[in-house]
Amino acid sequence: MFKLWLIPLLPFLGFLINGILGKKLPKLAINAVAVGSVLASFLWVALVVGPSSDWGAHKLQAHYFTWIASGNFHVGWDFAVDKLTIIMLMIVTGIGSLIHIYATGYMDHEGGYYRFFAYLNLFMFFMLNLVLAANYLILFVGWEGVGLCSYLLIGFYFNKKSATTAGNKAFIVNRIGDFGFALAMFIIVINFGTLDFTKVFAKAPGAPVETLTAIALLMLVGAAGKSAQIPLYVWLPDAMEGPTPVSALIHAATMVTAGVYMCTRSAVIFLHAPIAMETVAIIGLATAVFAATIGITQYDIKKVFAYSTVSQLGYMFLGVGVGAFSAGVWHLMTHAFFKALLFLGAGSVIHACHGEQDMRHMGGLKKYAPWTCIVLACASLAIAGFPGTSGFFSKDAILTAAYEHAPWMFWVGVVTAGMTAFYVWRAFWMTFWGEYRGHGKPHESPMVMLAPLMVLAVLSLGGGFLFNVPEILKDMFPLKEEIPEEHMLMAISVAAGLLGIGISWYMYVVNQELPGKIANAFGPLYRLINDKYRVDEAYDAAIVEPLIEGSTAILWKTVDAGVIDGTVNGVGSQAQGIGNVLKLIQSGNIRSYATWIVAGSVVIIILMGIAGGVR
Amino acid sequence: MDPAQVLETLKHGAVPTAWYLALSAVLFVIGVAGFILRRNIITVFMCIELMLNAVNLSFIAFAHEHKQVAGHLFTFFVMVVAAAEAAVGLAIILTVFRNRSTLNIDEIESLKN
Amino acid sequence: MDPLFFLLFAFIAVACGVNVVLQKHPISSALSLVAVMASLAVLYLLQGAEFIAMAQMIVYAGAIMVLFIFVIMLLNAGTEETKGRSWMALIFGVPAIIGLLGSLAYFMQTGMPKLGEVKFGDWKGGGAYEVGYALFTQYLLPFEVTSVLILIAIVGAIVLARKELD
Repeated sequence: MFKLWLIPLLPFLGFLINGILGKKLPKLAINAVAVGSVLASFLWVALVVGPSSDWGAHKLQAHYFTWIASGNFHVGWDFAVDKLTIIMLMIVTGIGSLIHIYATGYMDHEGGYYRFFAYLNLFMFFMLNLVLAANYLILFVGWEGVGLCSYLLIGFYFNKKSATTAGNKAFIVNRIGDFGFALAMFIIVINFGTLDFTKVFAKAPGAPVETLTAIALLMLVGAAGKSAQIPLYVWLPDAMEGPTPVSALIHAATMVTAGVYMCTRSAVIFLHAPIAMETVAIIGLATAVFAATIGITQYDIKKVFAYSTVSQLGYMFLGVGVGAFSAGVWHLMTHAFFKALLFLGAGSVIHACHGEQDMRHMGGLKKYAPWTCIVLACASLAIAGFPGTSGFFSKDAILTAAYEHAPWMFWVGVVTAGMTAFYVWRAFWMTFWGEYRGHGKPHESPMVMLAPLMVLAVLSLGGGFLFNVPEILKDMFPLKEEIPEEHMLMAISVAAGLLGIGISWYMYVVNQELPGKIANAFGPLYRLINDKYRVDEAYDAAIVEPLIEGSTAILWKTVDAGVIDGTVNGVGSQAQGIGNVLKLIQSGNIRSYATWIVAGSVVIIILMGIAGGVR
Repeated sequence: MDPAQVLETLKHGAVPTAWYLALSAVLFVIGVAGFILRRNIITVFMCIELMLNAVNLSFIAFAHEHKQVAGHLFTFFVMVVAAAEAAVGLAIILTVFRNRSTLNIDEIESLKN
Repeated sequence: MDPLFFLLFAFIAVACGVNVVLQKHPISSALSLVAVMASLAVLYLLQGAEFIAMAQMIVYAGAIMVLFIFVIMLLNAGTEETKGRSWMALIFGVPAIIGLLGSLAYFMQTGMPKLGEVKFGDWKGGGAYEVGYALFTQYLLPFEVTSVLILIAIVGAIVLARKELD
């Protein structure tokens, strides 16, 4: 009826066509296939699947084929749709379409054009699979698939060493998370005997708390890997080595939110595991603060937004952790709008400055790229939580929920919101105000890049009004009743945002010596933060180096060179020794071969006779 | 043994199937001996034919023993295979002789090491 | 008369078989082999295998042996060189042959089950009709496959034996 398989299959067809034939196709055809396939599945979602029925009451399940059947354990290739899925589908296909259109302009002069769009379509296929999945294993297929595409696209400029290293890093760090997720699935299978969402969630409330806590914590490990939470966030900033549309689509709007989606999907399990919930909230909050402080000191425009993504993902986890699942999803959606816009805008800025990413070599771009300036202002307002913008609503919903849960979380969240506003607007002022400090003459981006930006700008500003996610999801996640302090909390968070904007304006427009002075005043602390708390170095020293050293000393020198090579070489030389004796038999003389055959026959006849086989 | 009885047996008696099998075994061993002891490649090849014939005799004897025609068909197929083998084998011998100018099987020993 | 004929032709077969091995010149071996095959044909006939006996005469003693003689003539193969290079075959070969004969004789003597007797004309299942009927019904597929085999053999023989055209 709804042909759910059509939704992921269209991008997959696009992947096949572009991936196999792309080298020979003209650019126009590649564009048509890549954009058309994603746009078609967006239209299918928006016009047919989305509005046609009331998804709250029942869930549409579609079974396509049985993938694994082992005793009583069945895993089918099943898709299911409910309101949460519809929201995710709309985000993924909608933003995906816009970014595909944008990429046709951005990647125009790049090599490997068809390869880029093939990967991007493959990503859409896996992401839609992830969202549509009706059991954990299909979700995991999508989960791994998007990880693969992320790896491929981060390392898209594969002749650049830093890009391939970043791709490897993302892949390896994600493996740690996936390991946790896989363990969670094993525990689910052992305890519930199934991976189907509906069956698992029906049985979950009756299971012991310890089991559910273990499952939820392992899922959190998986989610922390995919959604870049402490301690596994380190791959996401490096992932900015990929092309900017990839950063926008995969590493801001869709893939990194998969962890939030998964936790929301598993809400039943989390709700029955209070310790795990608390852990999620604390990890989310810690990540939000931590990443925000790093974001303040960065100069690479994409790095700023990358840390901002980590920080905002922390917000979503805070929302999930305090039980405000729908607020988390709301923030997921609004974040997809304004962060995709920020990244695409950053791409437009980089495009304008001929590939320059360092903000110290930008400035004054409002004169040269006015449209980019306007849309980025919209996105920056939204992320700062300016009243009326989309970010305001979702952030407020999360902070209010956090206040109900524990007031200190609210205050930390508010400080983070202030920092967020500060560093995003710092980037804005440094890029668009003042004098141009770079080389060449900046220029505005073409219309094909600006049009998606404008659509996203409208969504960033009005997304909160247009899609009231908690209202839509109220059947799945009941609305919280209003609390008396709500307006006061709202005012506080808005004030924090405005304060952040104001301070950044003062520091980077009015009194431009001030940042340097502050940096000098807090010298060691500043350098520590500017070096991203040296977490990468700490991981290197604590995990990577010992692993390499240990592998070299034990696995390579001892086990591989000593035991394995020794065994193999020993077997080889033994075989050679035996062969040296046996090759005397192989004289090449037919008559001696015949003699051996006859001797063998005699032996067989005698054996058969003894065994009585002659009778 | 009484000579008259022997004559009577020779005139009117029957032949035990085992005799045929014994003859088959003897012919087969003669073939094997020729294969191992002779050096001329054509003679060696003829000894293979001799072995095939010895086996055919066994098939025929068992066909009679079990009163089934299948043994005859086996023999028939052995003949066909022998014909094909002779054609290909003799062609190989021709080629070998053309390349090496010898029929001595001991000198054709490049299939070693 | 069965035992008489059997003994006669068995003697011819064994004697000519030994002659095949002993003769120095290949052409003598080939002619001895023809005699072996002819006497075997008679022995087939004694067991009621009329069709096979005829085929033995025509295909084996006729066609195949003519092919052998043809090749012998073509190569102008003389008597065999006697200088032995392969002492291996002699040292191990003779004991192996004796072992083969001995083990076969011993186990045929001790382990052979009681078999029946052959009298000329007591079984008429080996005529052209019976063999042909079985060949074209139950054994049709193997029969057709042999035609492919022969085709391959023909092609192979031609490829192997032709002179290089360059």
